[in-house]
Formats: sequence, C-alpha cells, structure tokens
Amino acid sequence: MAKKPQQLAVDTRPWRDTANHKPFVRIKNVTKKFGDVSAVNDVSLDIYRSELFCLLGGSGSGKSTLLRMLAGFETPTSGTIEIDGQDMTNVAPYNRPVNMMFQSYALFPHMSVEQNIAYGLKRDHLPKGEIADRVAELLSLVKLQDYGRRRPHQLSGGQRQRVALARALAKRPKLLLLDEPLGALDKKLREETQFELVKIQESLGVTFIVVTHDQEEAMTLATRIGVMNQGEIAMIGEPTDIYEFPNSRFVANFIGSANMVEGVVTEDEPGHVRIRSAELGCDIYVGHGVDCAPDQLLWWAIRPEKMSLSREKPEALHDANVTSGVVEEIAYLGDISLYQVALESGKRIRVSQTNSVRGNPDAITWEEKVYITWGDSSGSVLTV
Amino acid sequence: MTATHDPTIPPPRRLKPWNAVERGLAKVGISGRMLVLFAPALWLLIFFLVPLAVVFGISLATKQFGRPPYSALLSTEDGTVQLTLHLSNYIRIFTDNLYVAAYLSSIRIAAISTVITLLVGYPMAYAIARADDRWRNILLMLVILPFFTSFLLRVYALTGFMRGNGVINQLLGLFGIEPLVMMQTDFAVYVGIVYTYLPFMILPLYTTLVKLDVSLFEASADLGGRPMRTFLSITLPLSLPGIIAGSMLVFIPAIGEFVIPSLLGGPETLMIGRVLWDEFFTAANWPRAAAVAVAMLVVVVVPIMLMQRAQSAVVEK
Repeated sequence: MAKKPQQLAVDTRPWRDTANHKPFVRIKNVTKKFGDVSAVNDVSLDIYRSELFCLLGGSGSGKSTLLRMLAGFETPTSGTIEIDGQDMTNVAPYNRPVNMMFQSYALFPHMSVEQNIAYGLKRDHLPKGEIADRVAELLSLVKLQDYGRRRPHQLSGGQRQRVALARALAKRPKLLLLDEPLGALDKKLREETQFELVKIQESLGVTFIVVTHDQEEAMTLATRIGVMNQGEIAMIGEPTDIYEFPNSRFVANFIGSANMVEGVVTEDEPGHVRIRSAELGCDIYVGHGVDCAPDQLLWWAIRPEKMSLSREKPEALHDANVTSGVVEEIAYLGDISLYQVALESGKRIRVSQTNSVRGNPDAITWEEKVYITWGDSSGSVLTV
Repeated sequence: MTATHDPTIPPPRRLKPWNAVERGLAKVGISGRMLVLFAPALWLLIFFLVPLAVVFGISLATKQFGRPPYSALLSTEDGTVQLTLHLSNYIRIFTDNLYVAAYLSSIRIAAISTVITLLVGYPMAYAIARADDRWRNILLMLVILPFFTSFLLRVYALTGFMRGNGVINQLLGLFGIEPLVMMQTDFAVYVGIVYTYLPFMILPLYTTLVKLDVSLFEASADLGGRPMRTFLSITLPLSLPGIIAGSMLVFIPAIGEFVIPSLLGGPETLMIGRVLWDEFFTAANWPRAAAVAVAMLVVVVVPIMLMQRAQSAVVEK
C-alpha cells in the first residue's frame, strides 16, 4: 500500500544505511530444535527501531517459533537474541521489555477489559491513579472508552482484538510482537484494522514484529518483510523488493503469482544477458548484467501484469521477448482479466490485462492466437 | 430428480410400529422428551425420595419394643384417625451435647480433610494437566487405579502401615526412632479420608485445569507476571469451579463417613456416622437414628444450596 512520501525519505529507512544505524533487535545464528526437527535453522536478522517488520511464511516455516523466542517462551538451542543492545537469549518472559499480542488474544476471561489492560501495569506496581489514567488513555486509543467494564465474552471479535492490542501496548514496550494480529477477523474488518494498526504504530513509534501467513497483510503493513521457508529466512526486503526482485524461485512463487520458465544462458555480457528457453519458445533478452556463466541452466520469472497481449505480432527488439500461443482460459476479475495462454511447448503462461475500456467488444477472447511480449527488464533471472 | 417432486405420486409409507404409541401418548400430552426424563425421575422417586420420606416419618416416632421398633404415626381410635408426631428426637439432638459435639466434630474433620485433600490434590491435578500427552492418560489411570480394589480392603491396608509394629514404625526403627502412635488417633482418620477421597478431588480439578488455555499463562508472564503471580491471578481463579466441585465431592461424604473413623479412629474420634450407627444397632433406637440422619442431611444440604447460589451469582456478574 502507498505510504506517505516523507516516510519514503532515505533517512527513515535505517536498514539502507547500516553503517550509521545500530539494529534494535539482533538475532544472530539462532537455531531451535524440537527433538531432531529444527523449527528455526541458523537465522540471522537485524531489525531497526520503529520498524514494522513482517515475518511471512506458510505453516511450519518457523515464523511463530522465532517470535516465541523473541518473547521468551522458547529458548534457542543455539545463537543469541539481543534487544536494544542487551542479550535477551536466556531472560525470562516476565523480565523482557517486550510484549506480545497473541493470535488467540489470550484475554483473561475472569477480568474486565479494564482489568485486562491494567494487568501488566499492576505488575510494575504503578500507583493506582496512574494505572487508571493509562487504562483510560489506551481505551481511547483503541476506541473502546465505553467498554471498560465489560468482560471479554461480551465483546465482538474486532473489539477483543483491540483490547488485546491495548493490553500489549499498556506497558509501553520497546518491542511489540504480534502473532497473526488480524487472523481471526473477517475480510472487511481486517482491511480497516490494518490501517489502524499502522497508524498506532507510527504514532507511538514502537517497533512491531508481525507474524503472518497472509502476504497481502504483510505487503500492507510492513516496512520490511522477512520471508521464511522451512526454518530459514528466504529473503529480507521491502515489500517492493520482495515482489519485484525476488531472489529465488521460492520467493517468486510464494509472493503473488509468477510465470516461471527454465532456460540456458547463451550470451553473458556485462550489459545484457540472453537466455534461450525451449519452454517459452523464444529467447529472453535481459537488459542488465547477471551473475551467471554461459551455458548455465537457470530460471526466469515474470509477473502476469508485466506482460502484454496482442493479436498482431509486435516488433521483436533484439529478436527476443516475443512468443505466441492460444488463449485457453479467461478469468474476468472486474478491474483486470487474467488470460491463460498455452504456448506451443505446452507451457501455460498467465497474463493479466487491465480492463480500461468499459465492456470492450473487441477484447481478446477464447481460442484466439495471441502474441505475448514484455520489456527487457520485466522479469527476474533466478539462479536458485 | 423429478419423480420425487411429482405431486401425483404419494411419498412411500414407512412402517413405524411406534407411531401409534407416539400418537396415543401425544393425545394425553406426553411427548418422547418427557418419557426420557420420566425414567430417571421414577428411579429417584422410588429409591431416593420414598425412602427419605420413610426415614423422615420414622424420625417423628418414638422408640418402642416390638416390630417395627417404633410407634405408628397414624392410629385409629373410635373411628377417628389420629396423627401423632413426636418432636422429642429433634429436641434431644439439639439439646444433648453429644449430638451437637458429634456434628461439629464431623464438620471440623471433614473440613480439615477437604483442605488437606485440596492441598495434596491440586499440585497432582496440575501436573497431570500439564503433562505430556503420552503420560497424561497413564497418570490419570494411576489416580483411578485404587477404585479397582475394595474400599474396605484399602482402609484395612492402611492399618498395616500405621499400627504399632507397622511398616512406618519398622522403617523408623531402622533409624533408631521410637515407634509413633498413629492408630486410633484423629491423625489416622485424616490420613484415611485424604487417601480415600483424593481421586474425587483430583478428577474435577484436572478437568478444569486441562481446559485452561496455555496462552493465558504466557500472556501473564509476558505482561510481567512471575510464576507465583500468574498462579494466584490466573490459574487459581480460573480453576475455582474445579476447586468447588472437588471440595464438595470430598466434604459431603466425609461428614457422614463411618468406616474410616471406626477402623482407624480412636474412642475420642467423634463423628456423626458412628453416632448414627450406635443409635441404630447398639441402642436400637430407630426414631433417634432417623432424626440424626435427617439433621445431617440438613447440615449438608443447606451449605451446598448457599454455595450454589453464591456461585451462580458470581457467574452472572
């Protein structure tokens, strides 16, 4: 999602300038084994102050285990976790400057909303008046001023989610961990809450680490995303990096949808690369240098919206980047239409086209022969 | 598809032998649901309420020699039916120190035993609830295992442990410690009651503890609650229903306990169960024994009702 322009200024993105910024959370070579199975395998990760970092991965990718180690519910088998310069690897959860918002919310059912929020403050032995003030402040932050005396079971799912957030923020933690914070909400509510969450995070300046399996959620919320796969970090980057410049076949496939073809390097120059792909039925001309060798087998991935369809054969620059096939399926999604085109090799390519003309009578239809073309830097060359 | 929706073909008739019965009962206003409730209600009526009424009736009679050994409530004289109710048994119970002392002593012994059972049972139930899945069923089985042997046998076996030359004293003797007098004391009665009723405390506690969401404890720790604070603020209040149920299951039968005090207790161990037994079999005073039983019922039922009321008030809040 679009962010405010001033947020895009380089100075607010400390991970781009690692020389001058110390990471706030530093995970170093952390491994967690349950029996013989490693849930998290040699993960190293730096997270900076005021970041909203998303750990994205499927189930069993180790993202929740990593979060639980940050909270202190699990101790790493090896490696260290530093928060704000202090080693937290073996510190008990109740001694960490970290709070967590649980996926199930874990609200205390026998306490009112106010008592739930005040629970952490009472543990710090704050004076009564201050606790009451802080609770009122948090209730208004999450817009639940009139619900303080209710019990959790008297609230809706969205209200419970906000109580859980208020309770986790009550102690003004340096670091807030959120485990699938929007997972239990329905779609409409989730979209609204996403923006509220970002707003709260920005206004308080707390560092958020969010675990999610929902890539749309990660893209919307995150300053940076860490994609996890089988206990390892597959890629770390800003949402646009992850989507536009995936570093591996796993990331390209996991985030959004991608067409993936195999090819062999035929020209390897500093300024361009040519890849011959039998699957695609044409050469791929890549307009930038790639770290590869001639005759190397590699993969090339391209997003459906980066290609265009036409009935007439377009001009093929460099004698590459144009192939043809027959339209097999069309999915009309309103704003765009998704075409599945069968190439001569049998490979199916998905291309999306914006429906810019209303009810276009001249739109490409089933069984038509079409040409597919793309720009010389639209795809990603992947070696792993 | 169309055949089933064709209105000209009537639906196939199903043979229902109970249809006629059902319809017949429905005519007099009896539904199947009432029948289901009727069976246990009848059972309770015949085997609980009627005998209770008989006991209550006998408690209002006086002792006399003969068969039955109590006076009749109803008598006919010159064609008039006379109902004679004697309140003397109840008056006696509440004025004679022996009975009052026996009631108070029973309540005291039952209450202390319940507290000890709770203190012993809670950690056990907690450990079982938090145990590995593999271990949990084995541990639960071990809790239930004593029920496979006769209760009387187990209480007798306890005497073998606690008597003058029993297992415990022999062990102590090895270390040169003088034998302890354990049998025929209140101590032995407590040991007996706690040992016998422990499963009744553990099982309801276990069922409430095992249902508690682990993330609640984690949330408490996360918010700065040390283990003891988490236990007092989260675990304990949330397991209150189990504590109440377990305590009731131990306290109520312990008040009227007869076998344990007579086998393990001494002459000074005064419990209402023994008084009742003596009244019935030694003194052959059925009406007095019946009055003791009815009074005991009141002693037990009234606090339960009050407690249930308090509990439902808490739930409503």
